[in-house]
Amino acid sequence: MEPQQRPKLAVWKFASCDGCQLSILNCEDELLQIAESIQIAYFPEATRAIVEGPYELSLVEGSITTPEDVKRIHEIRAQSGTLVTLGACATAGGIQALRNWADVDEFRSIVYAHPEYLSTLDTSTPIASHVDVDYELRGCPVDKTQLVEVLAAFLNGRKPRIPTYSVCVECKLKGNVCVPVATGTPCLGPVTQAGCGALCPSYGRGCYGCFGPQDSPNTEAMTRQLAQLGMSNADIVRVYRTFNAGAPEFAAAGDKVAAQAEGAP
Amino acid sequence: MTHQLKDGGQVMHLGMLARVEGEGGMHIEFENGHVKEVKLNIFEPPRFYEGFLRGRKFTEPPDITARICGICPVAYQSASTEAMETICGARTTNAIQEMRRLLYCGEWIESHALHIFMLHAPDFLGYESVLEMAKDLPEVVQMALRLKKAGNDLMTAVGGRAIHPVNVKVGGFYRMPTVAELQRLRPALAQGRDDALAAVDLVAGFDFPDFEQDYTYVALRGDRYPLERGSHVVTTTGLRFPIAEIPDHIREFHVEHSNALHAHFDGEPYFVGPLARYTLNFDQLSPATQEAALRAGLTEECRNPFKSIIVRTVELAYAFEEALRIIDGWHDGHAPSVPVAPRPGEGIGASEAPRGLIWHRYVIDADGIITDAQIVPPTSQNQASIEADLRKAAEQWTDLDDHMLTHRCEEAIRNYDPCISCATHFLDLRVTRS
Repeated sequence: MEPQQRPKLAVWKFASCDGCQLSILNCEDELLQIAESIQIAYFPEATRAIVEGPYELSLVEGSITTPEDVKRIHEIRAQSGTLVTLGACATAGGIQALRNWADVDEFRSIVYAHPEYLSTLDTSTPIASHVDVDYELRGCPVDKTQLVEVLAAFLNGRKPRIPTYSVCVECKLKGNVCVPVATGTPCLGPVTQAGCGALCPSYGRGCYGCFGPQDSPNTEAMTRQLAQLGMSNADIVRVYRTFNAGAPEFAAAGDKVAAQAEGAP
Repeated sequence: MTHQLKDGGQVMHLGMLARVEGEGGMHIEFENGHVKEVKLNIFEPPRFYEGFLRGRKFTEPPDITARICGICPVAYQSASTEAMETICGARTTNAIQEMRRLLYCGEWIESHALHIFMLHAPDFLGYESVLEMAKDLPEVVQMALRLKKAGNDLMTAVGGRAIHPVNVKVGGFYRMPTVAELQRLRPALAQGRDDALAAVDLVAGFDFPDFEQDYTYVALRGDRYPLERGSHVVTTTGLRFPIAEIPDHIREFHVEHSNALHAHFDGEPYFVGPLARYTLNFDQLSPATQEAALRAGLTEECRNPFKSIIVRTVELAYAFEEALRIIDGWHDGHAPSVPVAPRPGEGIGASEAPRGLIWHRYVIDADGIITDAQIVPPTSQNQASIEADLRKAAEQWTDLDDHMLTHRCEEAIRNYDPCISCATHFLDLRVTRS
């Protein structure tokens, strides 16, 4: 296909670490092939060249944290055919969503001597809180294989085949020993969506929730088990409130434990 | 893109700088043919890490601060683990230190290969991107991808994954990789070392402008070329002091045009990064990498930031050599970590991120809860030097048309391999001429 006939891809960044879009450049074995089936039209991290929109596919990394970015995401939606969000920041607000539970004015003054120079919102919110999103790819960071699957699905006009079951399924498939059962290590695997290949349990540590809540998480049971394994309420609140703190199921579970802790000091 | 001088405001939009990590802008004002003001604007939205780290547990910074940057997470993991171990009085083993250095080699390889070939080389070769380069120079691009992949594979073997590794903790690792897992990487690393040494000659053949600068270089120094740690900080002004004294010399301050704090060393701008490391630690490079550097026309001191691409390639080769050395000396059976119990206090951890010195300072209480955190990444520290370079570049090349001047100024920024997520994504260059 001639470059001009290929669908146009744009990669956009909001508040984030760059890791998810770096995952595109980390597809060393697939990168040149991807560039042959899609026109990389806007991707500042990789190229100076800019092709004007509209874009058939927009990949969006990062969360919305400033008034300017609220405006910018609407402009991007307007010039995008399919819009896919990449990673925990774009799909749940990221670790910076911890501000949603804090006094942002205080944060500002902790980090910056002149808070009046900054333009920032009190919250960090996922892209889908502001515009329609066609597909959300989870992970902190996203998994490279899943990213290539999303691109392949888009090019073939089908839905991405991405499992929404828990990390536990991946552990069973891999033949991992269950870390909470065998070593008493707290693990968020039962409530966390698969995608990493059960990485942490494979290294003998508990899952810490990079891919956000699985499709039907039983956080009540999870909380009970974490407590049984010796975690304090404060510890449990912290494990729910990390990179996917803003995901509704994790937010609710953390809030519930926090409320119990306050009620029974 | 047109570059017409507009009447009235005399502000021109000259395009944007790509191929850097993060979002920012650049503003240059001319008056009577001279540069009046230069600003590197960093408008990457603040994420307040130092704010929300308060109240977190001392064991969490390796996972949390890794998320500051997808390109150099290991730099954050190393500095934070070292800070916590210092506070708690924990002593790690040689094996743990060697494995940290090996993981750090993976990050240097991945990050340096990305910057040398995908972000920086297109400037010298006249391409918009590496993808365009691939049409004319397929062997070079294939080699670049191979080098980068070797770094990512190394990080994956040691850390579990290339971005935000999961295997690092305060006290060491969750699990040590086995000899068999590491030896599988050997052929790619040996090939990488040979490719990188050959690439030193390749990049040495690029055209470099005369642009020698009188920077104050600041870098770590220890018993080996500094990556994962150093025992002291050294400077080209002749200072040498322990890591714990960093805050006595480096002060951060907030300027209006940047969401990244600036920093001064004893009240003056300073420079961290490959040129500083190289100039202050040349004697600790290996014979083969020293020889490659000298063959490339460098001396033991490099003061031209445009030549940072050569130094980065020398360091790339060194990282491959170090990785091979560590892998070949590795044997199974080392304890993956030492226990670390919280102890109240304050401590500093520092390492040499691919783009320069990074340091973290934490205060924790008796329960191991963080009460204060300060994170100073390389790009924040280099902002003043970047602005100084921009001013000199704009002065030196005033006679260039706006299009060429934009290119030159972009290159002057890219010389630093700035990570604006750490401290910018595209830079929108604004030039005012009056």
